[in-house]
Amino acid sequence: MKSLIKDDEIARQFPILKEPIHQNKRLVYLDSAATAQKPLAVIQSMNAFYEHTNANIHRGIHALAEAATEAYEIARAKTAAFIGVSDARQIIFTRNTSESINLIAYTWGREYLKKGDLIVLTEMEHHSNLVPWYMLAEEKELSIEFVHVNDDGTLDMQHYHDLLQRKPKLVSFTHMSNVLGTINTAKEMTRDAHTAGAVVVIDGAQAVPHFSVDLTDLAPDFYAFSGHKMCSPTGIGVLYGKMDLLNAMPPFMGGGDMIKKVTFEGFSTNDVPYKFEAGTPAIAEGIGLGAAVDYLESIGMDAIFAHEKELTQYAFDVLADVKGLQIIGPSAGERGGVVSFTLEGIHPHDVAQILDSEGIAVRAGHHCAMPLHQRFNIPATTRASLYLYNTKADLDALRLGLDKVIDIFA
Amino acid sequence: MDDFYREIILDHYKNPIYKGKLESSDYEFEDENPLCGDFLHIELKTDDKGIITDARFDGHGCAISMASADMLLETLIGKSVEDVKQLSKQDILDLLGIELSPVRLKCALLSLKVAKAAAYELEEAHDDLVE
Ligand SMILES: Cc1ncc(COP(=O)(O)O)c(C=O)c1O
Repeated sequence: MKSLIKDDEIARQFPILKEPIHQNKRLVYLDSAATAQKPLAVIQSMNAFYEHTNANIHRGIHALAEAATEAYEIARAKTAAFIGVSDARQIIFTRNTSESINLIAYTWGREYLKKGDLIVLTEMEHHSNLVPWYMLAEEKELSIEFVHVNDDGTLDMQHYHDLLQRKPKLVSFTHMSNVLGTINTAKEMTRDAHTAGAVVVIDGAQAVPHFSVDLTDLAPDFYAFSGHKMCSPTGIGVLYGKMDLLNAMPPFMGGGDMIKKVTFEGFSTNDVPYKFEAGTPAIAEGIGLGAAVDYLESIGMDAIFAHEKELTQYAFDVLADVKGLQIIGPSAGERGGVVSFTLEGIHPHDVAQILDSEGIAVRAGHHCAMPLHQRFNIPATTRASLYLYNTKADLDALRLGLDKVIDIFA
Repeated sequence: MDDFYREIILDHYKNPIYKGKLESSDYEFEDENPLCGDFLHIELKTDDKGIITDARFDGHGCAISMASADMLLETLIGKSVEDVKQLSKQDILDLLGIELSPVRLKCALLSLKVAKAAAYELEEAHDDLVE
């Protein structure tokens, strides 16, 4: 597919990408898997809220309170529609993916998992989709198994099915790996886990920003993602849940907004989603998320994905003959826009530092996936990750930067 | 930048003198920097007066952490275990002779932390060892 995104037309909509770095270098931002840059439209939506609409929501009947509540709820509805969900009540606003997954563990997990129950995760999970389950497993004496990752960076489906035979109560996996770029067959995996009787959680942190996600089609029980990786502000994230599960679950944190009634004897919980949203939320950020949805839709998720696919292939091409460079994970055609690699004899920190001096931002380390790095027997990798505003020129710059790295260490 | 990767640092990184293992050692310790996955093991051999007669390090990490280990061990030979306890952050920075950001400072100081923990015969390294 030919990219519909013209060279730096998109980049011009992101103020930070126009600012030089290290005095006079062009910023080459290849760290969007960590967090995406924000387009002017999103930044302005938050400023406009503070300048014209700021008030607390879901309380008070003055004009601003009503306008703020409406703006926040419109953002929720937009976000729901963006991921193929017709009932906006199924969108719980959290701070980020990590909080969304913790919410499931603390509420659904504590209520429904019992000693000896099995949780199935995969070897390619982010710490956010590991540690909350480790904590729960310790508390409730659960066992955890990990679906193996093949040498080519895909999941070992035979092993997945073997684990499903053991009737796990919960299966949780990432839609797309933030290290390997692998896009998992989420629909089939969900279907098979459901057949085995498991509740399915999908970590969509690297999926929703990059390609069209339709939760009605995928049909997981829970789906988590972060606003900040999809051009939205930090501090706002999403947990989607199936309505019957959300209704049955106990609340998460206690406080304002999550109650219907409080007496000296106790409290009754509010309806979904407010039951899970204690206290004043990130209102401006929620509205910013709505603006990010509008922005991404104005370009089109299919166009964004096609652009990233084209750039990923280009990245593989320009990196192909870099001496000692080894990309981990699947081939360019079978992954999203994340390329993690090792350079023989040169530590990723040194790679990243020298690239930084050229204005190129990449990430070096384990990318919050230490077990996956252990699986591949490497302490760390350098990761270049792509988004809609990247161009082939960015990847040419990466290539030149790597030549410099090799030159210094030769 | 070309300053940062000074010839001397690259030299110690690429051709370390003290990388390896001792036949036997009197002090040893290992630790890692979880942020980077740097790992460092240091062994010291002393005579009966507590003077360091030989030293080795092993591990993996960035040029800064590995070069700093090699450079540090080079200066330790002939010093006493008590001297190691007195080492400060500034001693390492003087050895490297470069400015470091807070993140890279951790890389540089891993060797100090491990060497001091070895000298104190600790079970566990503490951040205040590098002050
Ligand atoms: C796959 C994946 N899951 C979870 C997270 C955690 O996201 P956050 O830090 O926004 O909670 C990230 C990003 O860091 C990620 O890439």
